[in-house]
Amino acid sequence: MTISDIRQMYEKGTTVREVVTEAINRARKDQNSAVLEVIEARALERADELDARIKKNETIGRLAGVPFLAKDNILTYDSKTTASSHMLENFEAPFQATVIERLEAEGAICIGKTNLDSFAHGGSTENSYFGPTSNAVDKKRVAGGSSGGSATAVAAGIVPFALGTDTGGSIRQPASYNGVVGLKPSYGSVSRYGVVAMASSTDVVGPITTNTEDAELVLNCMAGVDERDSTTIKIEKTTPELKKPRFGVIKEGLGEGIDPDVRRCTDNLIESLRNNDYEVGEVSLPTSPYALAVYYIIVPAELSSNLARYDGIKYGTQKTGDSLQAVYENSRSEGFMDENKRRILIGNYVLSSGYYDAYYHKAQAVRTVIIREYEEAFEKYDILLSPTAPTPAFKLGKNVSDPLKMYLTDILTVPPSLAGLPAISLPNGTGQNNLPIGIQLVAPYRLDVNLINAAKLVEEVINR
Amino acid sequence: MSSISIEDVKKLAKLSALTISDTEADALRNQLDEILGFVSKLSEVNTLGIEPTYQVTGLSNVMREDEVVDYGLDRDALLRNTPNQQDGQIKVKRVIE
Repeated sequence: MTISDIRQMYEKGTTVREVVTEAINRARKDQNSAVLEVIEARALERADELDARIKKNETIGRLAGVPFLAKDNILTYDSKTTASSHMLENFEAPFQATVIERLEAEGAICIGKTNLDSFAHGGSTENSYFGPTSNAVDKKRVAGGSSGGSATAVAAGIVPFALGTDTGGSIRQPASYNGVVGLKPSYGSVSRYGVVAMASSTDVVGPITTNTEDAELVLNCMAGVDERDSTTIKIEKTTPELKKPRFGVIKEGLGEGIDPDVRRCTDNLIESLRNNDYEVGEVSLPTSPYALAVYYIIVPAELSSNLARYDGIKYGTQKTGDSLQAVYENSRSEGFMDENKRRILIGNYVLSSGYYDAYYHKAQAVRTVIIREYEEAFEKYDILLSPTAPTPAFKLGKNVSDPLKMYLTDILTVPPSLAGLPAISLPNGTGQNNLPIGIQLVAPYRLDVNLINAAKLVEEVINR
Repeated sequence: MSSISIEDVKKLAKLSALTISDTEADALRNQLDEILGFVSKLSEVNTLGIEPTYQVTGLSNVMREDEVVDYGLDRDALLRNTPNQQDGQIKVKRVIE
């Protein structure tokens, strides 16, 4: 389902209440455990408000009457915001995230919240306190993660778009696994105000849609400087239009561990692009294989600090204890899941004195090297290409007991995250058992416009 | 790099305000060992004289006027999620005996 499908319904005279009611019904019949909660009363109230305004011929906005779902680590009114955790199981946000406010200002209607790995720690949505989300194509397989609920819900046609968050691939990888479009904008281009923090130097909010045009529209409605998030930046709005982008295929993206179907789909696309007169070359990012190691130092370091706020006192799960310290410890031990604890411990380990230089400082220096290699690559190419993930969606339970193996599913999405670069995953054919396979496009920092232009061109070639 | 002992894991847990059983500590020890072994391959990358990157926006010291901004939040709304409270205050265990 696309946003223009919704528009067509309105052109035929359907009311917002009807469109929203249908979307809510679809969300209630969700077969994949993608939707955690439906926000019915507020959604219908807003629908009636919009219907009244439409009757008066008022202009509503660019997303007039478009229903959407938000990942449950984004604060919304009249619902819980759980981050799929026991810690925030009953948390009701006293304010809304800037992204929700901006989408509502354009007439969009949030109809519910989607499942994720607890606190967005994971790559399969199996770490959710409420149980896993299954893949839209094959229920025995994972949705990907951590925005698995959002990707599955869009792929299942519940809503035309859903919001995800992406720290190291959490929008792109589940989009790839479910055969939909996932856009991770430039770091800082979208406000993080009202979003449950994971790693503050790479967290980004972005849309999951069924085509690039819709992702562009949703991004344009959300992006921009927000005085409530001092890390927000302006993205370039106009650049000389990229009519014939030069594509660089990342050599390291087709190395060891890439599934044969993924390789075949990528090779097919390269050939099609060449057949359509695009320049496609090969480029090496020699340090990018180290990106995952950088990521699993920096991200735990940042999240161990961000998760220090969950003490069971101000909000969240509280357990009793003999002393204040015991209350903290008991509440945190009860409220966090294994993967949360693992990452907090790693974070505090790499930040502790004696290890800080060897791990944390070293990782941030390697990050600089990775960024420089991207800059060099962009001197020759406008857009870099690689598969989004090394394999199609894997079976539920397959990687649960092996955290390191689970981390490896993010090996191709993590490098652009560390550099803050805008990146998008597009559906690029299917492999065995009809499982979707994605292609990832990456553009220079702040050039989200170029990324989107190129994605539209690539999408055309794929669909031809 | 050195492997991690159960005592190390317990100490880390204490620093992280988490309680961990012996069985958990044993499992975590192996997992942390594996993960830290994986990340220690960074020593292969030459970073001599290379500055670290802590953030990518290039922004520094974003200032605003030192004025109260009304976020439309009142005390009741903010305390709605507080598990233990009294007279509009958050209640905690006694910290000074």
